[in-house]
This record gives sequence, structure tokens and C-alpha cells, in this order.
Amino acid sequence: MTELTCIVCPRGCALRIEERDGHFTVTGNACKRGEQFAMAEMTCPTRTLCTTVRTVFPGVPVISVRTSAEIPKDKIFDVMREINRACVTRAMKRGEAVLPNVLGLGADIIITSGLLEEKTEKENDHEQ
Amino acid sequence: MLTVDVLVIGGGPAGLAAAIAAHQNGAAVLLIEREAHLGGILKQCIHDGFGLVRYGEKLSGPEYAGRFIDEFHALGLEARTLTFVTRIQKTSEGFAVTLVNRDGVETVAAKALVLATGCRERTAKQVSIHGTRPAGVFTAGCAQHFTNLLGQLPTRKCVILGSGDIGLIMARRLTLEGAQVLGVYEAKSTPSGLTRNIHQCLRDYNIPLYLSHTVTRVFGQDRLTAVEISQVDERMNPIPGTEQLVECDALILSVGLIPENELAEGLGVAIDPKTKGPICDAGLMTSVPGVFSCGNALHVNDLVDYVSESGEAAGKSAARYRPGQQRTLIPITAGEGLLYAVPQRLDVAADRSAVTLYFRSRENLGPCRLVITADGREIYTRRYPFLRPPEMERLELDLSAQALTAASQIKLEIEVMEHD
Repeated sequence: MTELTCIVCPRGCALRIEERDGHFTVTGNACKRGEQFAMAEMTCPTRTLCTTVRTVFPGVPVISVRTSAEIPKDKIFDVMREINRACVTRAMKRGEAVLPNVLGLGADIIITSGLLEEKTEKENDHEQ
Repeated sequence: MLTVDVLVIGGGPAGLAAAIAAHQNGAAVLLIEREAHLGGILKQCIHDGFGLVRYGEKLSGPEYAGRFIDEFHALGLEARTLTFVTRIQKTSEGFAVTLVNRDGVETVAAKALVLATGCRERTAKQVSIHGTRPAGVFTAGCAQHFTNLLGQLPTRKCVILGSGDIGLIMARRLTLEGAQVLGVYEAKSTPSGLTRNIHQCLRDYNIPLYLSHTVTRVFGQDRLTAVEISQVDERMNPIPGTEQLVECDALILSVGLIPENELAEGLGVAIDPKTKGPICDAGLMTSVPGVFSCGNALHVNDLVDYVSESGEAAGKSAARYRPGQQRTLIPITAGEGLLYAVPQRLDVAADRSAVTLYFRSRENLGPCRLVITADGREIYTRRYPFLRPPEMERLELDLSAQALTAASQIKLEIEVMEHD
């Protein structure tokens, strides 16, 4: 039997997973998502990766990004290496992809912060 | 002099929600923010998990804040950034608030105030750590600011003291950026952070969690070189003979948050010693008429979704506030089994059809029952499979049918149920 804490929502259900003949039985979950999470954890655990990427703008030296979808847990450090090689050179907006389909995993690395947009608006104001 | 109906102090999630709600309830609103950008602490909380209750999505902090910032601007609301409040005076019409920014000093008149000033981290000075004063002792939020906003890694090899959520989040974050996190040490016998963060921040990265351990001494002249770790007894006193030396270049503290209420105290607002935030009624008005409180200034929340909710409640009440309105306040008390309950008062003269209550249990509990009584009469009960102090609970009650007088008292109690 495997015991896990569900991380889907803050409730944090204590999940118990029994494996029998390749089939998993999940108990302790308060909702369907807990069961799906337990299955994924037992077969192919995935996570959303949140980090930052460098920029060329001195006022905003790094900007926050995340994967647009969950990626396999064992690929997190490979994706970190890709992100640490990238650099943002224009004022990208929230939701824009810095690295599309990173490492062919089917997820984009997207900007999550509006700080670059706000920064350029302010700079434009000064020029006017 | 600029005159507004509602002046909101603080541009984080609580203040943004309060300003939007006040505007939607017909008030002329101005928001004051001391930093250059709106969004408060969410700007540096780049991890996901925000907005599950509100949007059913796992957003990062900047994305969650961005939704409110977009709405704030779309409604044409005005914010003064890089602006400090230096003084608040009561006047016959409300309040005169003195602001300082790059344009100089200005006084704004407001009928009502919403204090959305957030909370502050407890520092090394507040947890009695002995030794030298080297560089390298950071609060978790400070390390987060360095890493996520300035792009500077503050450590190569660190120890984290305290298992609060920011500490757990930073353990993962620093590991992702290539630093070595030797362990998270917690003086209590149970973790302080959300269970899901123990799993996804520590267990995912094989970062050990040591319960009933604390840092008793720091070493180093210019820069931290090591910390002394000791086991503690059940009263959190270090046990002699258990000391061990751990070499590291940083000590990161996640040892609690304290609501920031300097402005509130200056106004004579009564503070609840349990929450360290203002004592409020269900409309989130403090003991001073016309002054409202919300978000982490009111009490430290576990989820930003509830911060926004309280901001909306405070903003709406502030917009509807009329000077001279009479309140008949009765106490809402938290029993022994609870750490606290918010709000602490109920205005029996006001609309009581939707009263939102927040509470935390004092200890980790198994199956239990929350019982709410009015003058000893049971008016509400709810079963919980478990209650944990790190996880705040929320209830919405219709108390309009309850016969309550000016002498009534409402009490929340927790009854632990027998194990099967």
C-alpha cells in the first residue's frame, strides 16, 4: 500500500493506494480529482514548473514563467536547464510563450507576470 | 483638497479587491501603494496554486494578481504608487490622510478607510537565535524577493528554519535554481505549512523535514558559516547535549507572519491578541467607525482567495458606510479548541443574512464537530473529518432568523468525536 497526500487542492486528503494485478484502488479521496492524482502519481507523476527567465531589462532582471501544462516530474531539471539558457529581449505579455513546446513535452514556457508590460508603458510615458 | 468616499491603503490582493468592490458599490475610490507596482507580495509568489477556490484554476501569484490589476484599470480606478501614508487624522467628515510621494506632500479627505496593509515576516530578532550577526540570515520572503524579482540566488547551501508555507516554497525554489537545501527544521512537533506543500515542495525534492528541532546558534563573521541545531522538548525548549553543527552559507527563516497594523493602532483601532489584527464586525468595520480591515492585515490567511473575499467585503461595507450609523455589537468568541475566529463581533442591527466566519483549530484534530451557540442555544453545527491549524476554515451563515439582543453572545466551540 502507498500513502500520499493529495496536492490538487488545499484540503490535502490523505490517499491510500492499493495495487492488485496492475489495478489501483484509491481510498481517502474526497473527490474524483484525488483519484486521478493518485493514479498519475503511481504511473507518471506530473507537475507544473514555475520559475523565472532572464531578461535584458535592468529594471526587471528576471520575469516569472511557468509550464502551460503539467510536465513529467522527472523532466523538471531538464526543463530548468532549457529555461536558464533563454533570455527575454522584448516586453512580452502575460501568457506569451518564451519557449514553445519545451523539449517536445507538449507544454510551452509562458510568461506569468505583467511587470514587463507595465515597465514599457511607464518608459513610453517618460518619452512623451 | 482631493476628496474620495473610500481610500484604500495597500495595493495587494486585499486592497485591489476592496477598491473594485467599493467602486462597484458606487463609491469614489483612491488606492495608495508604497511600491512601484500593484500586486503586493503576489508579485514574488511565482509558484502556482493560487485561485483554486475562486477560479478553479491553479494560477501563479502574478497571474492571480494580474486578473485584479486588469479589472482595476478596466474600471478606470486610480492608484498612487510609490506613495506612503504618513499621517491619518479624524475629521468631522471622516479622515484626512497625508500622503508623501515624488510629487511632494498631499492631504486627501476620505469618508471611509480600508486598511489592506498585509502582514510582515517574523525576523531572527523575534525568535531568539544566539551568536554573531553575519550576513546570510534571511527571512523566506526576503530570499524569495532576491531569487524571483532580482534574479540573485542568495545561497549555495542553506538551512531553513520553520515549516511555514513560504519556507517550504523556498526550499523547492532554491533547489530548482541549483542551491542545496540541507533541511527544513521545525520547533513544533507538527508542520506549520499546508500538507500539500510538504508533499510537493519537500518530498518531491528529497528535502528532509526535521520536526522538534530548532536553530540555537549561528556562526560566522562576515558571512554565515554554520548553524547549531538542537532538538527541543514538547515545550519547545532545546535539549542540552543534542546540539549538532551544520555548515551552510544561509539560514532562511519561515517562522510566522504578523498582521501589519501600525496605521490602525495609530487610529485607536482595537486589536485582537489572538489574530493580531483589528477586532471587526461581519462587515469588517473595526472598533473605529469608518475604518475597515481586510486580507492579511485582518488575520493571516492560508489562501489568497479568502484575502480577496475579505477585501471585497470590506470594500463593499466601506462604500455603504454612512457616518453616524449606529451599531449594536455583540461578541463572537472562539472557544478553547480554536486559535481564533474572525469576525470577533456581530452587529445585530445590521443585515445578518450572510455572515462569513473564518476560524482555525488550535491543534491537529481527527473527526470533530464545530458547534456555534447563541446565548447557550445551538444555532449551527458541522462535522469535520479533520481540522489542522495551518488550514483555515470558512463558513457562511444566515443569522437573520436568530433572536439576538444587545446582550447576546455567540460562541464557537469544537467537540472532538470518539474514534471508531
